[in-house]
Formats: sequence, C-alpha cells, structure tokens
Amino acid sequence: MTVQELPGAATYRPTPPPAWKPITDPAPLLPDPEPYRVLGTDAIADVDPELLLRLHAELVRGRRYNTQATALTKQGRLAVYPSSTGQEACEIAAALVLEERDWLFPSYRDTLAAVARGLDPVEALTLLRGDRHTGYDPREHRIAPLCTPLATQLPHAVGLAHAARLKGDDVVALAMVGDGGTSEGDFHEALNFAAVWKAPVVFLVQNNGFAISVPLAKQTAAPSLAHKAVGYGMPGRLVDGNDAPAVHQVLSEAVARARRGGGPTLIEAVTYRMEAHTNADDATRYRVDSEIEAWRAHDPVQLLERELTGRGLLDDEGIAQAKEAAERMAAALRDRMNADPELVPMDLFTHVYAEQTSQLQEQAAALRAELDAEQDHDHSAEEGR
Amino acid sequence: MTTAATKAGTRTAKAKPATMAQALGRALRDAMAEDPAVHVLGEDVGTLGGVFRITDGLAKEFGDDRCTDTPLAEAGILGAAVGMAMYGLRPVVEMQFDAFAYPAFEQLMSHVAKMRNRTGGAMPLPITVRVPYGGGIGGVEHHSDSSEAYYMATPGLHVVTPATVDDAYGLLRASIASDDPVVFLEPKRLYWSKADWSPETPAAVGPIGEAVVRRTGRSATLITYGPSLPVCMEAAEAAVAEGWDLEVVDLRSLVPFDDETVAASVRRTGRAVVVHESPGFGGPGGEIAARITERCFHHLEAPVLRVAGFDIPYPPPMLERHHLPGVDRVLDAVARLQWEADS
Ligand SMILES: Cc1ncc(C[n+]2csc(CCOP(=O)(O)OP(=O)(O)O)c2C)c(N)n1
Repeated sequence: MTVQELPGAATYRPTPPPAWKPITDPAPLLPDPEPYRVLGTDAIADVDPELLLRLHAELVRGRRYNTQATALTKQGRLAVYPSSTGQEACEIAAALVLEERDWLFPSYRDTLAAVARGLDPVEALTLLRGDRHTGYDPREHRIAPLCTPLATQLPHAVGLAHAARLKGDDVVALAMVGDGGTSEGDFHEALNFAAVWKAPVVFLVQNNGFAISVPLAKQTAAPSLAHKAVGYGMPGRLVDGNDAPAVHQVLSEAVARARRGGGPTLIEAVTYRMEAHTNADDATRYRVDSEIEAWRAHDPVQLLERELTGRGLLDDEGIAQAKEAAERMAAALRDRMNADPELVPMDLFTHVYAEQTSQLQEQAAALRAELDAEQDHDHSAEEGR
Repeated sequence: MTTAATKAGTRTAKAKPATMAQALGRALRDAMAEDPAVHVLGEDVGTLGGVFRITDGLAKEFGDDRCTDTPLAEAGILGAAVGMAMYGLRPVVEMQFDAFAYPAFEQLMSHVAKMRNRTGGAMPLPITVRVPYGGGIGGVEHHSDSSEAYYMATPGLHVVTPATVDDAYGLLRASIASDDPVVFLEPKRLYWSKADWSPETPAAVGPIGEAVVRRTGRSATLITYGPSLPVCMEAAEAAVAEGWDLEVVDLRSLVPFDDETVAASVRRTGRAVVVHESPGFGGPGGEIAARITERCFHHLEAPVLRVAGFDIPYPPPMLERHHLPGVDRVLDAVARLQWEADS
C-alpha cells in the first residue's frame, strides 16, 4: 500500500513544528574553494615590504633551526625531533601575528613557532632532549607547554581565551594542531565550545598531508578541514601554508576578528612535511619521491625569496646576511646543546604537589639515601685506586 | 598537606538539620562570594542547579559567567577548565555522574594531574572536579560507579571524599582553596543525610589529608570512607552485642593518605578491616591493607581483611543490595579476625 492509498492521505499535511528554524545561511562561513595566496598575485602589492623581509629572515632562521635540531638527534643530543621543515611559513606566521599579551598553544611539532615567539632555543628543546618536560615558564612567555597528546591543548586555548575575555582583557589564543589531530574528540569539543562561547581563539590546522603514515584521505571525508568550521558556526579559511604573507594575512584577520569579539576562526593551512614524521620514522614506506619533489618546487623559503628578489626587495647580499644570522643562531644552539644538562634527581619529587605528601617525603628520603650510598661507593672506589 | 586556613567562625546561628547536598551548595556559594576567581561549570549547573541541585541558585546570584551551563562534553569542560586555571581562575567542574566523567580522563590524566610537574612548578592548576559517585540510590546502569581507584592511581591529584555534613562543607572549601587539583568525590547516597548544622557559620575549612577517628574502640579498627562510613558505624554499634569494641577511622582523604592516623589506630587494636563499596580487586583496600602490613606487622594479631563490592560491573538497581557491603558482611569479616589467637 502506498501512502496515496491511505484513507485521507491526500488531504494530510503534517503540522509544521512550532517556532524553531535552522540557521540556513552558512554561506559566509564556508571557505573559498581554493587556498588563499598572496605570492605571485596582486595582493602582494598591499603587503608591507618590512614585513616581507622580516618573514624571509625568520623563515631562513627557522629552516636552519630545523636542520640543526635534526643534526642534534644524530649526535644523540636530542632524543627525538619532529622537524617542521617545509612548514616554516605556518610556524613563523603563528608567532608573528600575536601580540605579547596573546597566548600560543603549540603541539609537539611547533618548537619553531615557540622559538620565533622569542623563547630561548634551548629551553624549547628540553622536552625533546629529555631532561625536563617543559623547560620554560608558560606564563612568562605566554606559550603553553608543547603538547604531545593530540588536540588536547585545544580546549585549554578555549578556556584561557574565555577566561581572559571574562576578565576584560583583549587577549587572543592561537592553537595549533595537525591534520590528524582534527579527528580527535578534543578538536571537536574545543571548536564547539569556542563557537558557543564566542571565545577569542584562532585554530590553525597545519595540513601537512600525513599523520605519521596515514594520508589525509584516510583521516577525513570532509571536502577540506576548513569546511569543518561550518558545522560549529564559525568561519573556515583555507590558505596556502607555504605562502608566508598569505598565512600571515589570514591569521592576522582571524586574530583581529577574535580580538574585537567576533569569535573563533578555523584556518586550514595546506602545506607539506618534507622530512619524516620524526627522525625515528621511515617515510619511504608510505610516500614516493615524486610527491616530495613536487612540493620541493613549492618550498616556502624559496617561494618568498624568489618573489622578493624579483621585486628588487632582496639581493644576494641580503640573502647572504639572512643565512649568516641563521648560522650564528645554529652555532650557538650547537654549542649550548653540547653541554650536558644538569640533572637533579631530587627534583623528581619537588613539583608533584604544592607540598609533598608524607608518601612522597618517604620516597624522597629513600632516593636521597640511595644517592648518598652511590656517592660513598664512588669515593671509596676512587680512594682504592 | 594542603590545609587551608581554618575559618574562625563563631557559631552564633542556631544549628538546624541540614543535608550534605545543602552543605556542598553552601560551600560553593561561600567560595564564590569570597573569591571572584572561583567559577563553576558543568552540565545543567546553571538554571537547573545541577541534577542533584548542588549548584542551586549560584547562576542567579553570581551570573551565567560564574556558574556556566556548558555544552555536553566532559573532555571539553575539563579541558576548558585547564585553560581557565592557566589564566588565573579557580574552576570548579561538576561531572554529572561518576561514569560520565570517563570521557574527561584524558584531560585529567595527561594535563590536570601533570601540569604543575611538567612545568617545573611554574603552572599549578587549582581545579576542583566534583564527581557524584557510588551506588545505593537505585540508579540505572552507568550511574553508580565507584571510580576512586583510578584517581588514586594518578600522581598529581588529590582525592577526597566526605562522609559527614560538616566535612562536605569543610573539605569542599579546602579543595577549592587548594593550589593543586582535587578530585572531590561526593557519595550520592549521603546527599540527603542530615546533621545539625549552622549554615550561617559553617564548620571549619579543611583539612585535606587528615583522617579522623569517628568511634574509638580497642578490639579492631574499621577503615573506611564516604558512603561506607554509616555502614561501619552501624556495624560497630551492632558489634557491641558480640563483645567487640570497634574503632572506626574515616579516611576523608585517599590522596594524600594519612598513614599516621591509620597506623596508630591499628597499633592500638591489632586488627583491621578495610571497608569500601568499589570493587576489591585493584581497589583502594589492597593498597591500604599493604600500607598497614608494612607499618604495623608486629602489632597485627590477624591479617588485614577487606570488605568490598564484588569484582563486577555495577549491578542493576534491583540487585545492588547484594553487591554493596552491608553491616552483616562487615561483622562477618570482624568475626574472621582470628579471635581465638587473642585468648
Ligand atoms: C592522543 C594521541 N594519540 C596518538 C598519538 C601518537 N601520535 C603522535 S603524532 C601522531 C600523528 C599526528 O599527525 P598530525 O596531527 O597530522 O600532526 P603532524 O605530526 O603531521 O604534525 C600520532 C598518531 C598521540 N601523540 N596522541
């Protein structure tokens, strides 16, 4: 029996639901179909040359930082390093768009953003060296600890931005996450909270193609990660993540919007991870050289350098100067990282609680005794020699 | 031990019967009135006042920004609280029911418990996570878990649970005042327990980390906390008829653990039974029994026994009375304490 055959079906009309209607105009929230670009377009004319040169110098420095840190893993000075080579434009722009009072919430890959924001290059590496988890005071630099559990720092950014707004401070939080991290529940919860609370947060997704070995296509069925913004009721923006002035511009607009009370933005920067996931990963198992070569032609440092030399803003001497400055930074980093960090075993117990529990006091005393015994043993061994 | 300054309140107002739920609500209110940094957030905590009405009236008195109905997302709630604490607020989070706190475990384990430590002391997180826990109220599936063992096994968290109206107020105030994160376990079935109480001049604040002897005795010690305290008190009264004079220790704080009070009591009595309703295997009782054995071995007249819930997922409400340790089970354990060795 079809519906038409039902008695009285021809005249049946469901009563419309009362009052509620969906918001049917998400159009302004949808990202442009193509990633936004500045380099090689007319938009470049509007960018302050000073900013372009600053971006260039920082990119060169950032690239050198990545190669130096990777070299330090080979010398055993770092336990591990997730290189951001190829992603420097995102890292640098993230650091440069923020005011001093703003906060950065980096993931484990975003050492470079933290350093570009002014963090001591050695303090930024303690997590990866293995002597301390976070080698700096987050409040002093307004940089949250580099976060390893994926996407879990995103709700923190929302909470902090929300708290700042409640206090009447015009502080913005910029939170960084990878493409794989967008599949985590915390990503969803953070975006939803931020949109509902109109929190001054900017979410920057660095879509570098892979989550360790898993390509984006196995991570999501969404047309783009920026599209995800629409469902939360916030704008999504798509930007060429290797185009430094473009990333800077898109991030700046989002930060300004957040600062004036416009709420959060989700930005997807399309970029590529040129190195393996970390030095411990074998990337040949999941990607081919031709793909890497194609991206090498779209290298963020080269792109900017070509544009600037073409426009007469940068010459060989300028490039050489930027390289020298980067070498000086690398040499200093090398020197300082070659010194063994000072380890204080008793620190194990110092910062678990504000005050040590009696249980921890007992354990600390036991370790103290072990250390003393070790020392006595060493002394007597020396004397016996 | 995080012992917040004791509030010198002169008890002028007349004591009236009050419930634990009222005392908890009062503690939140007083903390919010005293310190504008204290914010309450969770599911239904605003207009409704929480499903147990603990936050009743807070949104009205302090506004939606101080007592906030959040989206339904436990990880998001606790994660946002982390960020709020990073910016200098003192968030008090309500998890609606014990088993619904599990989505927030990632935030609790990886960030709330560790932030002070991983930042070398630079970034303490003064967050209080209120979790109504335990059974005995006829709740359906997922509404009666005792999750204290998970929290206890996580360094960096304080874990406290009141069993009296006075402690509900005092411990909650101390938890909010603590610079460390506190998991504040609220025994659901004691929410409506009453005591004479002066809400105008409430009891002292704190302390966290101190157990208390609720009943003195010399034959054996019952060690318990939260929902099992009334059971143990009743068992101790019933035991008099058997000629046993039982001491009852209320732990109040599972982390830090008051080894001193517990050991002193067991040394006096020479016998101990740990009583709790969470499953025994891998539960708090094993840890407590081990600590007692390590400290009191030469004083013990009998092995330390445990009376716990069965090692089963929390049963359907019509069967829960078989699962929950009651007076008889406690007395049975006391009877097994090798009394013949005493003669
Ligand atoms: C919650 C969680 N699950 C798994 C891991 C292990 N892990 C570390 S990095 C990574 C891939 C992340 O990929 P993506 O988010 O794209 O960031 P990328 O490394 O590419 O910058 C995984 C699975 C983790 N750190 N946290």
